[in-house]
Amino acid sequence: MIDLSLIEQYGDRFLDGTLITLKLVLIASILGLLIALPLALARSSRHRRYWMPAYAYIYFFRGTPLLIQLFIIYYGLGQFPAITESFLWPVLSNAEYCGLIGLTLNTAAYTAEILRGGIRAVPRGEVEAAKAYGMSWWMAQHRIVLPRAIRIAWPAYGNEVVLLLKGSALVSTIAVWDLMGEARSVFSRTYALEVFVYAAVVYFLLTFTLTRVFSQIEKRINRYLVSY
Amino acid sequence: MTEAAAISISDLHKRFADIEVLKGISLEAHQGDVVSILGSSGSGKSTLLRCINLLETPTSGDISVYGEALKLAKNRHGEMEPLDQKQINRVRSSLAMVFQSFNLWSHMTILENIIEAPVHVLKKPKAEATEHAMELLQKVGITDKADAYPGMLSGGQQQRVAIARALAMEPKAMLFDEPTSALDPELVNEVLQVMRQLADEGRTMIVVTHEMGFAREVSDQVIFLHQGRIEEQGPPRDVFENPSSERFKQFLSSGL
Repeated sequence: MIDLSLIEQYGDRFLDGTLITLKLVLIASILGLLIALPLALARSSRHRRYWMPAYAYIYFFRGTPLLIQLFIIYYGLGQFPAITESFLWPVLSNAEYCGLIGLTLNTAAYTAEILRGGIRAVPRGEVEAAKAYGMSWWMAQHRIVLPRAIRIAWPAYGNEVVLLLKGSALVSTIAVWDLMGEARSVFSRTYALEVFVYAAVVYFLLTFTLTRVFSQIEKRINRYLVSY
Repeated sequence: MTEAAAISISDLHKRFADIEVLKGISLEAHQGDVVSILGSSGSGKSTLLRCINLLETPTSGDISVYGEALKLAKNRHGEMEPLDQKQINRVRSSLAMVFQSFNLWSHMTILENIIEAPVHVLKKPKAEATEHAMELLQKVGITDKADAYPGMLSGGQQQRVAIARALAMEPKAMLFDEPTSALDPELVNEVLQVMRQLADEGRTMIVVTHEMGFAREVSDQVIFLHQGRIEEQGPPRDVFENPSSERFKQFLSSGL
């Protein structure tokens, strides 16, 4: 059953695919978090003009399949001359960038919702103390609310990155040569089912490592929580 | 005309929906005064204190801090709103507040809690703020806890850290909102002791409290609130020995 010659022959392609997957997940999670921070603040606002657009964005990306979002970005944008003729086209015609954009926008929505939960869980009194000591709204968010919200939301955020990692396999459907893309291509040549088992093992190891990294960081940033 | 009062409030009203919590409060606290505000729960005493630094926005009335009137105006919903948020932030930073539930920033160490506002709000150099913070910790009797987190300290220790955090602002006046009400009885004294020391130094303090001993011995002025009105007001000797209001007599005799 285990055919090591497959690894000999296609090992490099698996490695390339793994690197693409890692790169996509790493960049999408960082950019996604950067978009999610203002999005979560807007979503938590009392003012309709802030929370409504954030709400719409989050519900669009959470309410529709990632696969469809990727298709719309990859196949859909090319239908508009305004885009194909713009300076953005070299980026938007590249499958990898489309995959990255799709993953980023999607994870930003989920991360914003996770952060919003964190923001709501920051004790009112600590926010009040920030005000009482003369902090402006921005300073209070930046110094007190967000650092605290991220700590509270960290375990849930780690989970989101794991989901992003596995969700990233979908970019193989828009011709990105990520780990899944390479696995599919090798399978279509060899019809060896082990190919998918190998891919699954790599995804598993990546997930496992990621979980460990997140829990290490959690230990560090959540030292302030005392368990009696 | 002598110099302006440290804190001056005139005809302050505060309404939450249908309930009028403050029904026209006027008071003055001078530089160096300790003013104790007493009253049963629901009397409006915390709301009054929180109006001074605009954690609550009054429905009407004027507040001045060292002669500077806080600029408020009605917004289009008819609610009062600060006209100049920068002014409010500046005034707040000169009126350090100590809360009933401490409200230390729990993800920061004790030292970080104390230097946070001096460094980021007052823009003090970090080294200077740190040095000052260590002196203040000494003063409130918290040694070798600078790197601990608030959750690792007892309530009394947390409240003393909160007082150090307030002092680090070098405030012109301090606002205490029931600073001992959340503490176990055996921890109350360590906090009151620090507060007495501050009063002895001549600091201007407005203290909402249930501690009759403190109000009687330390304050220059005692104010008794009942249902949003000042029922009794004056130097502690007069007020405690010779209360003129029936309600305050009842309040004093009710299990203290």
